[in-house]
Amino acid sequence: MRGERRKERLDRSIKVRTGGLYAISSWREISYLLGPRLLLILGFLILPLIMPNLYWQRVLCSMGVFALLALVFDFLGSYVGLVSLGGAFYTGMGGYISGALNSSFGLPPILTIPIATLGGGFLCTLLFLPTLPLRGIYFAIITIIYPIAAHKVITALNIFGGTEGIHALSTFPNIWLETYLILGAVLIVLFSLRRLVNENYGIVLRGIKDNDQSARASGINITLYKAQALFIASAIGCFAGSYLSTLYGWAGLSLFALDFSILPIAAATLGGVGTLVGPMLGACILTPLSEILRAIGTWRIILYCLLLLAFIVFKPEGLMEYLQRKYHQFEHWREV
Amino acid sequence: MGGESLLQVRDLNKSFGGLKAVHGASLELSEGEILGVIGPNGSGKTTLINLITGFVKPDSGEVYFKKRKITGLQPHKIANLGLTRTFQIPRPYRLASFKNLIVPLCSPRVKGIAGGYLGDMDAVAIDLLEEVGFERDAYVPYKVASSLPEGYLKRLELARCLALRPEVIICDEIFSGLSMAEIATMVPVIEKLQMKGVTIVMIEHRLRELFRLVNRVVVLNFGEKIAEGHPEEVMANAEVREAYLGKEVVEC
Repeated sequence: MRGERRKERLDRSIKVRTGGLYAISSWREISYLLGPRLLLILGFLILPLIMPNLYWQRVLCSMGVFALLALVFDFLGSYVGLVSLGGAFYTGMGGYISGALNSSFGLPPILTIPIATLGGGFLCTLLFLPTLPLRGIYFAIITIIYPIAAHKVITALNIFGGTEGIHALSTFPNIWLETYLILGAVLIVLFSLRRLVNENYGIVLRGIKDNDQSARASGINITLYKAQALFIASAIGCFAGSYLSTLYGWAGLSLFALDFSILPIAAATLGGVGTLVGPMLGACILTPLSEILRAIGTWRIILYCLLLLAFIVFKPEGLMEYLQRKYHQFEHWREV
Repeated sequence: MGGESLLQVRDLNKSFGGLKAVHGASLELSEGEILGVIGPNGSGKTTLINLITGFVKPDSGEVYFKKRKITGLQPHKIANLGLTRTFQIPRPYRLASFKNLIVPLCSPRVKGIAGGYLGDMDAVAIDLLEEVGFERDAYVPYKVASSLPEGYLKRLELARCLALRPEVIICDEIFSGLSMAEIATMVPVIEKLQMKGVTIVMIEHRLRELFRLVNRVVVLNFGEKIAEGHPEEVMANAEVREAYLGKEVVEC
């Protein structure tokens, strides 16, 4: 009888042993800890080598961009309490800043990308500053207005090339730099953010997310902390944007497209909110999937939606939580 | 008692719409004392704390802390001056209990006092938890704070304040929701704090336990101060009895 049994989950003994660094005594335990990380790094290094043609290499590049945005979304949403739909604003700002610097002053990408990353991050933080007292859904609604407004401002004022965009920008010298730059950035951002949220600084951010009043009574300037977190996030987003404009040699209004805001949410839902690595993997699944499904036309949107719906209904925890559980625990049915 | 005046509240007023939550409240707090603030439900006790600690801006009136005017300052600035508070309903961060204390330990005040270096913050946090009655060797300090029982949550609130190395702690109903046994272990913790030189304001409904700790109480009713003095004197006051028990009706 199913009703009289329940599923019992227990931590694998190797998980318990490797929980504290002092307990590691064999290669098996070290590889248990490092294995998944190395697998991810190796996978990212090999991916560009096995892509069949330029088209798929470009898919890999946009996958990297979406992975960065998904990481940013999860960092802000799960660790700072700012559910931000401003992804498209970051990419747009980053892309236009590096594009304008390249076309007006002739700066090479090696300068425009870092300037767009830091300057764009600063500018985004400044523009988002008035919205920081808002929380939850209110912050989300305001942030989605930003990319739409930027799109309208550029069209109405006909600045930065208006609807045409800025053309003929310098591009990357070769395809290897294109792919490895973005994949390397994804790995660095992933591991840095994971480290950050477990440092004391990240603990303060998580405290602000869980109870901002109590954090204020603890002497924490929550606006300052939120602004710093927003700077980290928008700088990463601006890097993705400036990368895109350098990749295509064009900075246009499509950099403000809402895909950059929405797809990270889908990726986070698929991968598992709050795990950082989950949303990144989600982006790595969704972007190529959407390209594969391109062959079947409009049906692809329907399939795409069904997949997301299935995940929300049947695996609301997301892919990553599921995989982690399988990796760290064994389960068996037990008579009650 | 009789120390220097640390906190002065002068003629605070706050209305929410037509409701006068706090109406002309004044009080003075001397260094090292424990002051009780009591009053029936809705008498403006929590609003008074919110006004003093900067969470709500007063309509008029002034608050001085160590002779410095702090009215209108933001809560985190007031906390960094050494005036902090607990919350009536503790909502801890979803972290291990001792990690909850990392947040105040990262505040500018603590950094300033410790000269920018605290050593291992986790160890400092566990010491602080022990001070408020967490068992050091037990599993409790490592448990996720939101799964702790109410008694521990209230202590965690106190530890969060203590981590700031404050001069004044305002406790908002720290005994509410606790069993008699839990209160019995909480009272010595507060006495120990006073011995260490922390000045404490206790807002409380549990009068019997409160009167074991305090020498002076202020009674609020409908946002106004109706009495002040030694607990016994105050409870003998006719107006206070009326506020708590209602007016005596003479039956025909």
